[in-house]
Amino acid sequence: MTSTAAPAPPAELPQPKADWIPILLVPVLAIAALPLFGDTSAWVTLTLAGLAMGMMIFLMASGLTLVFGLMDVINFGHGVFISLGAYAALIALGPLAAWGEADSVALNLALLLACIVVAAAVTAAVGAVFERVIVRPVYGSHLKQILVTMGGLIVAEQAIHAIWGASPIPVALPQSLRGAFVLGDIVMERYRVVAVVIGLVTFALMYLILNRTRIGLIIRAGVENPEMVEALGYRIRRLFVGVFVAGSALAGLGGVMWGFYRQTLTAGMGMEVMVLVFIVIIVGGLGSIGGCFVGSLLVALVANYVGFLAPKLALISNILVMALVLVWRPQGLFPVARR
Amino acid sequence: MTDAALPRPMAPAAPRGGLLQALLSSDLPRSRALSALLLAILIGLAITPFVFTGSQPLSTAAKICVFILLVASYDLLLGYTGIVSFAHTMFFGIGGYGIAIALDRLGANWSSIAIGLPLALLLSAALAFAIGLLSLRVRAIFFSMITLAVASAFLVLASQLSTITGGEDGKSFQLPQTLRPAFRLLSEPLFGLTINGRILAYYLVFFVSLATFLLLIRIVNSPFGRVLQAIRENEFRAEALGYRVVAYRTAASVIAALAATIAGALYALWLRYNGPDTTLSFSIMIDVLLMVVIGGMGTMYGAAIGATIFVLAQSYLQVLMGAGSKALAGIPLLPGLIHPDRWLLWLGVLFIVSVYAFPGGIVGKLRRT
Repeated sequence: MTSTAAPAPPAELPQPKADWIPILLVPVLAIAALPLFGDTSAWVTLTLAGLAMGMMIFLMASGLTLVFGLMDVINFGHGVFISLGAYAALIALGPLAAWGEADSVALNLALLLACIVVAAAVTAAVGAVFERVIVRPVYGSHLKQILVTMGGLIVAEQAIHAIWGASPIPVALPQSLRGAFVLGDIVMERYRVVAVVIGLVTFALMYLILNRTRIGLIIRAGVENPEMVEALGYRIRRLFVGVFVAGSALAGLGGVMWGFYRQTLTAGMGMEVMVLVFIVIIVGGLGSIGGCFVGSLLVALVANYVGFLAPKLALISNILVMALVLVWRPQGLFPVARR
Repeated sequence: MTDAALPRPMAPAAPRGGLLQALLSSDLPRSRALSALLLAILIGLAITPFVFTGSQPLSTAAKICVFILLVASYDLLLGYTGIVSFAHTMFFGIGGYGIAIALDRLGANWSSIAIGLPLALLLSAALAFAIGLLSLRVRAIFFSMITLAVASAFLVLASQLSTITGGEDGKSFQLPQTLRPAFRLLSEPLFGLTINGRILAYYLVFFVSLATFLLLIRIVNSPFGRVLQAIRENEFRAEALGYRVVAYRTAASVIAALAATIAGALYALWLRYNGPDTTLSFSIMIDVLLMVVIGGMGTMYGAAIGATIFVLAQSYLQVLMGAGSKALAGIPLLPGLIHPDRWLLWLGVLFIVSVYAFPGGIVGKLRRT
């Protein structure tokens, strides 16, 4: 778009119109909730806590929606990768326990990082096997995908029981991540700050990879039209495997964060949080990363506000959010074109 | 309405008359081994009180009856309509709670049941209708996720609203006089068995399950059932032929919910108790899924066989695995894998293998040979 004299057609494709309403929903909701609270500090505390919670949910949900977006595969066994990630962190947590007790922020964070790396590696490896054995034969059939990934979930959950034992395992947060920052009346748990940072970094990385790199371009093209991408000479099959592995690793990362947050590990913990994950990706629009991000924040914020203002209603607040969004936009906040 | 225009997945049976044809809605087992197996299950369940002594076999038999009905109603959704619901245990639980709350609050008599059950059925139908309209409009896959979310919310509600539901502890209640163990129907034992209220309760469970099961067979073999199968096979073609897919799917999910509610009511009547763990928990949902797929999707008989095998395995396989685990005690990992608590691991493997290798489950396998 350089010259004004030439009547030539624009050199660039027209940009798709940005859909701002769902993005604005989160700040609007937060501001609208402010008058309902008597004091501002409670509102700030709850908002920050809700955003941090949303980040953790996003970490767990992003892999699922990524896989669905590209491969049209719905993995009901995703929850077990969350559990597996949390348990795999124990591998690093055992020998490096001293780092967690050390009075050094750097060592503490290094321990968290080590846990994340190990967990992501383990879940990525298991994800590769899972894709090959469980998912590949059922591409194209949602019904069978749901059934077979549920089967995979049962088997993997039982395998976790067999390897790590059936009783819950307590995990301790690294020394410097315990407790909270206090600013006047505003309280922010330290661990939640870490969760926010990791969540934002992950979202930014995913966004950059999908929108600014060649591989991201191919992935997005694959979402739109896999046959055409294949016809152009890219091995979409390999891309599928890569995305599935990445999605599993993301679940592992989310699992580590979630496990540290809960401070107890059970094999069923992934499946418990899956309900929230499904709500989030339905709200966001199946297959949309941005939608998943907005949906996570929205659901977590509403849960926090409702929990404070009307505790009785908190039990079903997630469902209400989902129902309202679906009435407004039946495909979720950001409908993915082809679906 | 020309259901003849739709592809029929099964050849219509020869239009002979006869009681059996009428009872089974012309949907005969069509395999000698399968018929034998079904007959064995039916007779076994019918004579259990006379053959076995003690409460364990009778409880197992009652559980099998209830689960056959529950699994058959689930098969109406999964096998016949091709949609996966995770809220089926919610309706199962509603039935249980309907009975439990009514008998607890209104007193232990039949009129409480007559109030509690219809209310439970009404609630189930309304919920199933609402979920269907909200989620089946878009894509069937939404339905799975939304049912999962709604069911888990219901589970949380049931365990939190303890003033109504009894919370985590559930609700124990008294049965009407005629179903209590102290009640004697006949003064003399019949074939060496004292016909007390417990036996009556068992036969209540047995016959209501059987009747509802036969009704479900009737439904899936009606023109309505054929439309459901058409939707399963090819949604767009069914829509193009003029069938409103959303309406049919919603109707199927309401019918399945009603049958599950009846099953839940029977289960509560048998146990004299209802709580989140017996009817609502997600693990029961997984059990039901396993039973349908292993027995055979898309045939009501598969439900009967799957439920029977699963409940028997649940009750007796663990004993076997315990023995095996002890025998392999020295070897690493192996005893862990066949530890009695790991029986679900092997059923899960069987489940995955069934989905791939025998989509028709046991029934499909028997019919082919």
